Amino acid sequence: MAKLYSREALEEILKAYKEWEENILPQWLSRMPERQKEFTTLSGIPLKHFYTPADLKDYDYVEKLGVPGAYPFTRGIHATMYRARLWTMRMFSGYGGPEETNERLKMLIKAGETGLSLAFDNPTLVGVDPDDPLAEGAVGVVGVSVPTLVDMEVVFRDINLGEVTTNMTINPPAPILLSFYVAVAEKQGVSYDRIGGTTQNDPLKEFIGQKTHVFPPEAAVKVAMDVIEWSVKNLPKWNPISISGYHIREAGATAVQELAFTLADGIEYVRQLIARGLDVDEFAPRLSFFFDSHINFFEEIAKFRAARRMWAKIMKEWFGAKKPRSWWMRFHVQTAGCSLYPQQPWLNIVRTAIEALAAVLGGCQSLHTNSFDEPFRVPSEFAAKIALRTQQIIAYETGVADVIDPLAGSYFVEWLTDEIEERAWRYIEKIESMGGMLEAVKKGYPQREVEEAAYRFQREVEEGKRLIVGVNVFREEDVEEVRRVPLLEFNQEEVERRQKERVRKVRSMRDEVRWRRALDELRGAAERGENIMPYVLNAVKAYATIGEVMGVLKDVYGTYVEPPYY
Amino acid sequence: MSTERMLSPPTTRRKIKVLVAKIGLDGHDRGAKVIARALRDAGFEVVYTGLRQTVDQVVAAAIQEDVDIIGVNQHEGSHVYIARKLLEKLREHGAGDIPVVMGGSIPVVDVEVLKSVGVKEVFLPGTPIDEVVSKLLRLVEERKS
Repeated sequence: MAKLYSREALEEILKAYKEWEENILPQWLSRMPERQKEFTTLSGIPLKHFYTPADLKDYDYVEKLGVPGAYPFTRGIHATMYRARLWTMRMFSGYGGPEETNERLKMLIKAGETGLSLAFDNPTLVGVDPDDPLAEGAVGVVGVSVPTLVDMEVVFRDINLGEVTTNMTINPPAPILLSFYVAVAEKQGVSYDRIGGTTQNDPLKEFIGQKTHVFPPEAAVKVAMDVIEWSVKNLPKWNPISISGYHIREAGATAVQELAFTLADGIEYVRQLIARGLDVDEFAPRLSFFFDSHINFFEEIAKFRAARRMWAKIMKEWFGAKKPRSWWMRFHVQTAGCSLYPQQPWLNIVRTAIEALAAVLGGCQSLHTNSFDEPFRVPSEFAAKIALRTQQIIAYETGVADVIDPLAGSYFVEWLTDEIEERAWRYIEKIESMGGMLEAVKKGYPQREVEEAAYRFQREVEEGKRLIVGVNVFREEDVEEVRRVPLLEFNQEEVERRQKERVRKVRSMRDEVRWRRALDELRGAAERGENIMPYVLNAVKAYATIGEVMGVLKDVYGTYVEPPYY
Repeated sequence: MSTERMLSPPTTRRKIKVLVAKIGLDGHDRGAKVIARALRDAGFEVVYTGLRQTVDQVVAAAIQEDVDIIGVNQHEGSHVYIARKLLEKLREHGAGDIPVVMGGSIPVVDVEVLKSVGVKEVFLPGTPIDEVVSKLLRLVEERKS
């Protein structure tokens, strides 16, 4: 046992606290009432005036914190953390066609980003071709349009896939986009063991947030597990899944819900993979995570620290993983898009900086910082550069990366870390009692919880219980300056026309027999319940389009339609 | 101010009926669902279309449900394209008098563009629900008179 405080010390501390509470505080309150009746975190966790060792009584340092790079990893997964290597500065980007996005990626690399991250347009996200009626008006709008292998080649023109790592925010069509990427790497002469990056490939959170679902829950999980199984065996450096709380949070969840639902998703996937006959230590080191960093500073830091400790425990104690790497929770962070507002939009630069700082103090492995113009549109080059430079200032100027987990030992931060963990376990227990997250999602449980939280937050804003500068306090009605914010301009109609033309050209130029056979074989594999990955890879190399591959899979697996409740 | 306090109970023959619509592939439905609930709490009758509707489906729903107003939530940049198409189709079906409002991630400079194609009101993120409610009530009144 490595208890921090002796009984005698705690007694004295409690005595001092009582003295403050009974004699000092009332005098102050009578002279100077507090700003609010109650102070709570954004998740609604009530906060005391201040915290003392008495809030951490029986605190076991070794059990709860330990050292960086060792179980339970509360202080960080690496022994050296940012002193050896800074987090990866990975800017989520993409717009228009592959040409525009290739230019943007090269600009960001030149500006010093250290990892790539692709944002796809809505047609790509749900796996329809640019000439599908559903894609009308949406091609290249919120991300890049990548319907074929030819498009992916253009995205990575002059970029060596053996030298960069790339995150792809893609879910139901993850097998297809991963196949595009692998095929481009092959064409560049990059061997499988050098291909590094991430496919988001997290199906369960799609039903709670993000909502680019295509297949019904069970089939969606099956496809995602295929990607993981295939990657673990073929791409040793690939993160085949990014178990994501981000979208759950953006849909309105609290920090506690984000944490609990993400871990519950992860637990479900681990069980699914073990049920396939995989050894937990074979795949666990390849699981990665993705969280939101919202504006309530300490709550976010506590959430990140609790997340690492909880996952380590789950992997070690629940699933019996033996390798320390299996206990690591490696995670990417994105600052909170939903915390940005169109009113006085440059204030978003400040919000993003604070949120990014929380992510770094929380020990993230990679980070995306939002651009201030994102309440309006996909970022301009100018805005994206400010966002990237925000990370660089945190990394190189502030000194916060020089000492590992610098907030550890703060009575408040440790109390809050424990409190968030405790609340998240309660949610996880509830989900376990429902049969795990797949069942819970089918019942609509996390969906309803998140919608409740979103509505509660909105009401708190309406009632002035949550203040947002420029929105419900310090408002300015003059929008002239907002009008002058230079937004990203590109000819979307031209992009859509070009993308339609290219996909038609690809269809007309490919080897018809090979293409047909590849899709037939894919259908057969899907019907037999085999791992579809080798067949998808074969089909995209035969120049099958995203819409065609998804078409086959939808025929076999069916399509999910969300019940329109609210 | 809470919505409950500011609203007097509707005095019309029936509750005002709003269609809250998500058109296209965009999955950002937080705003649509929050506004649907807030309007219901404020005494409106709300019909929510669910995700990934086409313009034709929304027009059909609006006519079939005989709604007083249509609210479209867009977060994926194609608001102008969708607004044009929606208003055109409504007119084609003789329902051009149903007021259409929009909300979501919309550049300020597009607000006038949307109004010029016939969108009655555009609500940007951060708009108080009270303001949405009072503007919807006014639009419905205007349409009647």
